[in-house]
Amino acid sequence: MSAVLDVDVVRRQGAFSLNAAFRSDGRLTALFGRSGSGKTTLVNVIAGLIRPDHGRVLVDGRVLVDRERGILIPKHRRRIGYVFQEARLFPHLSVRRNLLFGRWFAPRGEPMRADFEKTVDILGIGALLDRAPGALSGGEKQRVAIGRALLSDPRLLLMDEPLASLDDARKLEILPYIELLRDQAGVPIVYVSHSVAEVARLSTVVVVLDEGKVVAAGATSDILSRIDAPVIGGGPEAGSVLEAEVIGHDRAFGLTQARTRAGLLQLPGLFAAVGATLRVRILASDLLLSLNPLQQVSALNSFRGVVRALSPRLAAGAPSIDVQIDCGGELLIARVTAKSSELLALAPGREVYATVKSVSVDSLAGASYEGAR
Amino acid sequence: MTGWLSPEEWTAVRLSLLVATTAMIASLPFGVLVAWLLARGRFWGKSALDTLVHLPLIMPPVVTGYLLLIGFGRRGPIGAFLAEHFGIVLSFRWTGAALACAVMGFPLLVRAVRLSIEAVDRKLEDAAGALGASPVWVFFVVTLPLCLPGVLAGMILCFAKAMGEFGATITFVSNIPGETQTLPSAIYTFTQIPGGEGGALRLTLVSIAISMAALLASEWMARLIGRKIAV
Repeated sequence: MSAVLDVDVVRRQGAFSLNAAFRSDGRLTALFGRSGSGKTTLVNVIAGLIRPDHGRVLVDGRVLVDRERGILIPKHRRRIGYVFQEARLFPHLSVRRNLLFGRWFAPRGEPMRADFEKTVDILGIGALLDRAPGALSGGEKQRVAIGRALLSDPRLLLMDEPLASLDDARKLEILPYIELLRDQAGVPIVYVSHSVAEVARLSTVVVVLDEGKVVAAGATSDILSRIDAPVIGGGPEAGSVLEAEVIGHDRAFGLTQARTRAGLLQLPGLFAAVGATLRVRILASDLLLSLNPLQQVSALNSFRGVVRALSPRLAAGAPSIDVQIDCGGELLIARVTAKSSELLALAPGREVYATVKSVSVDSLAGASYEGAR
Repeated sequence: MTGWLSPEEWTAVRLSLLVATTAMIASLPFGVLVAWLLARGRFWGKSALDTLVHLPLIMPPVVTGYLLLIGFGRRGPIGAFLAEHFGIVLSFRWTGAALACAVMGFPLLVRAVRLSIEAVDRKLEDAAGALGASPVWVFFVVTLPLCLPGVLAGMILCFAKAMGEFGATITFVSNIPGETQTLPSAIYTFTQIPGGEGGALRLTLVSIAISMAALLASEWMARLIGRKIAV
């Protein structure tokens, strides 16, 4: 069976060169990397706004580009939905006509897979249909843009940092809709982002780009816990992602209890039904390492594990290193000072306890759940 | 009203309106096409096309009129061809006056439309393309509606230029009452004959009224469209 997305392209643009190859079968593939790493160039190549110098692009086994065989399908025949950073709604058309724009151009004689009512419903834009785009808020515009792309009945949906131009409140407004799309719309999504939080919350597969090259690719929980991917390991947002299953609620203290492979995790707040799967992210800088179980300490979550690897110090005299710890199969990353590392004699194979305060784990867990199994 | 203007004067007014309207409408599709080519196209000879379009704006109108006479006159290469194959005669006919006015108004039309096409956000065109619209459709459903105020401005400029065109017209199709005598030619004729001041003044007032009406109409339409496409 062919992959949903199979890309192997080369494109030179002045001093920058993109040379990226990856395959993905994920429902939501995140293209992750800092600005200037070539994420947008890569999605533009997939969408057909930029033509690659060499290589090929396949979506669902259909060849969109194969320079060696001289195939270059123009953008309007690719059946790829594109949600840009800015909504780019047509100002002279109402919301309804914006949404239906792609329908005029969809091939006749093929049944439409995207349903208007259902899409409008998922995105919560039913009340906006007769408004002009100019009268919408930023978050509403972006939801309409997502709906417009979906209703063109695409085989693949590209989203290029669709939340970048929105403030935090608007971001939180849109994220649940993107989760719903990922789980219900049946269209594979490629999501460009430089935010670890968004990637961790949304994606099933991550492709990490740096300076135009793919430096890591794989399942989200694996990739976000690896310390050899420089973009993630070196960044201030380094952390690990754990899959957790809700097993109960402590109503007296307002805590949600979840089981992870590393051990029991208590999360602040009462949310998600028992049996729901969560994805939880723990920042490397929030983890405390000790050689013995800590006694009489306020932090509620402690995991026993074995040190797998230590990141090299970035430079002689750099104050901190990242430590990768295998806790029952989950990989946690802890950021400690080089001095502590030496005092504890941290080395691969050494048994340690990783402790984290419950209140440090709430950022992602609060709203992020994939629904009850 | 008919009593106010003499029949000859009325003829000149009617003819001017006919010539200017014909010139405006006939040059519109070509003007939009050339404007689009200049705004969005990348091809060899683009600056040559740009120069050619703008020539009538900077050349003396008499020179343009004379070139038209040479080219489109009954014995001119294009004029002879048109007369022989299509039975279209332009020299010394009102259609010739319309051609002269269209050529003179063309650069103004193209300039206005080109500027407004350049002002249309290409990102919107890319978005339309990604939604499945071919380049031709993108032009008709996104670019053109968004640059409509500019197209309108160009049309009015072209119309106004055609209403006032004198040099090229009189050189190409002369000054024949009832056939090629437009408002400016008629005013000029009145100033050349004794006792013609009254007629010249009346036609001048008519000219001013038509120009102002055209301007007001375009303002009103532009505002109507602008309100609809305000971002």
